[in-house]
Amino acid sequence: MTEYLGLSMLLFTIGAAGVLVRRNAIVVFMCVELMLNAANLALVSFSRQHGELDGQLAAFFVMVVAAAEVVVGLAIIVSIYRTRRSTSVDDASLLKA
Amino acid sequence: MNEIPAPVLEWDLIAPLMVLGAVAVVGVLLEAFVPRGPRFVVQASVAVAGVLAALGTTVWTATRVDVLDGEVLARGQVAAEGALSVDGPALFTWGLLLVLALLSMLLFAERRLGGGLSAFTGRAADAPGSPGEAEATRHRLEHTEVFPLALFALLGMMLFAASTDLLMMFVALEVLSLPLYVLCGLARRRRLLSQEAALKYFLLGAFSSAFFLYGVALVYGYAGGFGLAEVADAVASRTQERPLLLAGVALLAVGLLFKVGAVPFHSWTPDVYQGAPTPVTAFMAAGTKAAAVVALARVLLVAFGGAEWDWQPAFWAVAALTMLVGAVGSIAQGDVKRMLAYSSIAHAGFILVGVVGAQGGDGVTSVSSALFYLTAYGVATIGAFAVVMLVRDASGESTDLETWTGLGRRAPWLAGAFALFMLSFAGIPLTAGFIGKWGVFSAAWAGGLWPLVVLGVLVSAVAAFFYVRVVLTMFFDEPRPDGPLLAVPGAMTTVVVTVAAVATVALGVMPGPVLDLAQQAGAFVR
Repeated sequence: MTEYLGLSMLLFTIGAAGVLVRRNAIVVFMCVELMLNAANLALVSFSRQHGELDGQLAAFFVMVVAAAEVVVGLAIIVSIYRTRRSTSVDDASLLKA
Repeated sequence: MNEIPAPVLEWDLIAPLMVLGAVAVVGVLLEAFVPRGPRFVVQASVAVAGVLAALGTTVWTATRVDVLDGEVLARGQVAAEGALSVDGPALFTWGLLLVLALLSMLLFAERRLGGGLSAFTGRAADAPGSPGEAEATRHRLEHTEVFPLALFALLGMMLFAASTDLLMMFVALEVLSLPLYVLCGLARRRRLLSQEAALKYFLLGAFSSAFFLYGVALVYGYAGGFGLAEVADAVASRTQERPLLLAGVALLAVGLLFKVGAVPFHSWTPDVYQGAPTPVTAFMAAGTKAAAVVALARVLLVAFGGAEWDWQPAFWAVAALTMLVGAVGSIAQGDVKRMLAYSSIAHAGFILVGVVGAQGGDGVTSVSSALFYLTAYGVATIGAFAVVMLVRDASGESTDLETWTGLGRRAPWLAGAFALFMLSFAGIPLTAGFIGKWGVFSAAWAGGLWPLVVLGVLVSAVAAFFYVRVVLTMFFDEPRPDGPLLAVPGAMTTVVVTVAAVATVALGVMPGPVLDLAQQAGAFVR
């Protein structure tokens, strides 16, 4: 039980660190997905611990939401890439005070 | 085989959501079947009619939610198998969101300013400056999907404010966010900025909702259920596994405070507000904040009310910092939309003072003061952005604050309306903002939070200095020769600016009716 939670927290941390450190918008986005999947793992583990199905059902909701998020996210990233020929988040810096 | 019991849905209570969802789906179908010529007008009419229908249904629902047993036992009920709580605060927020959305839809539908074309790009798939884009403009293409998208976002906001289940809240959060990410990137002018705003909003928004989701998972692990009532029972009865609960609360707060736009999760606000098409900025500045504040208050007061000593100090700090950063930040801005963004951060701080001000009890006064503040802020915000849409030069909206110098001499009515919204933001008496500030500060004072109230008043003074300076520049400086053109406002924008200005004065002079409604909204039902 604790092992699964430990793994989930490790994955979440890797994802969060990746979002902060990586420069490529696609990789940043993959790291966000990793965080969502870490949350799924935690939900399923807790579900097992409580001996009920709510947490496992929640994981399905999260998967659907993540899929919708991929659609919107990739659309935005692709439209930016067509304009700038780059997916680096550092290049997107026109908006400043 | 076991039978799966069918869920029991209280159709009369969730009717506003059903109406709005149905109209949004119809909008998607219209996109497929209505020919291009009349499509824009049809979509705009259907969207406005849908919001009006949902507003009517909300009023109808509001008359039926009381649990009666001779006298009123509770305002509101939990509906849809414990997923939604149709209570006073939820219904008030629904009404507010629908009114704000109605005004925003009129701004969405404004076509006179762009030479007969809406503020949204003709074909988002074309790169800015490409031959395809020129072709799309030549054929006068318009994205009419913006109307169903905005309706879905509105549906998400209404769900978000009424969710009393953490999983429902996560889904609502995404339903409200995903259409907004897309809408942010659809500006007709300055498309690079618009796309950049969409990218930033999307990446940071997805990041923060991942935090929210992990918080949901941890709280589920602690409480063994997703319902806020179950969580509240667990908080009240269990003393072990405290770290799990506290980590869960902290992560949930990250996601919610991001949507509220509170420091330290505010950095997206100025960029996104500046880059997004102005009608979208108006819609999300007013709507998202209202929905997120109510959701935040619901989570904190209903689920974690029993552990308030653990989270309140952190929220005091957040509220204080948010007020300070917002007020100081707005002074340094040279762009009207960025200035309004920082001002919205400061307002988030003032609202948080009211929300976290309540100690003990069920937080009735703090919720109703926040609801009134949201009304005052939302109306003035939409009005201010509508004025921004009208001050234009050859390249679109002229948002540089310097070009607004002397605007009052050239367009006294328009500048007068903007000055009114500024004064309301500053909290000058006889405007809605004053009553709003009075409400949140007195709620916090009653809760014994006087240091925060004193800080809030001082910050208001700093902010007021700035707002008044904008007003003075508009009215008492000579207009610049190269100043912006003032677009002849179409009927839509005129209506929006007028309604917002009248409402701002009316709520300031006789706040009674709306204040009563906010007070009757009462407490959250769990």
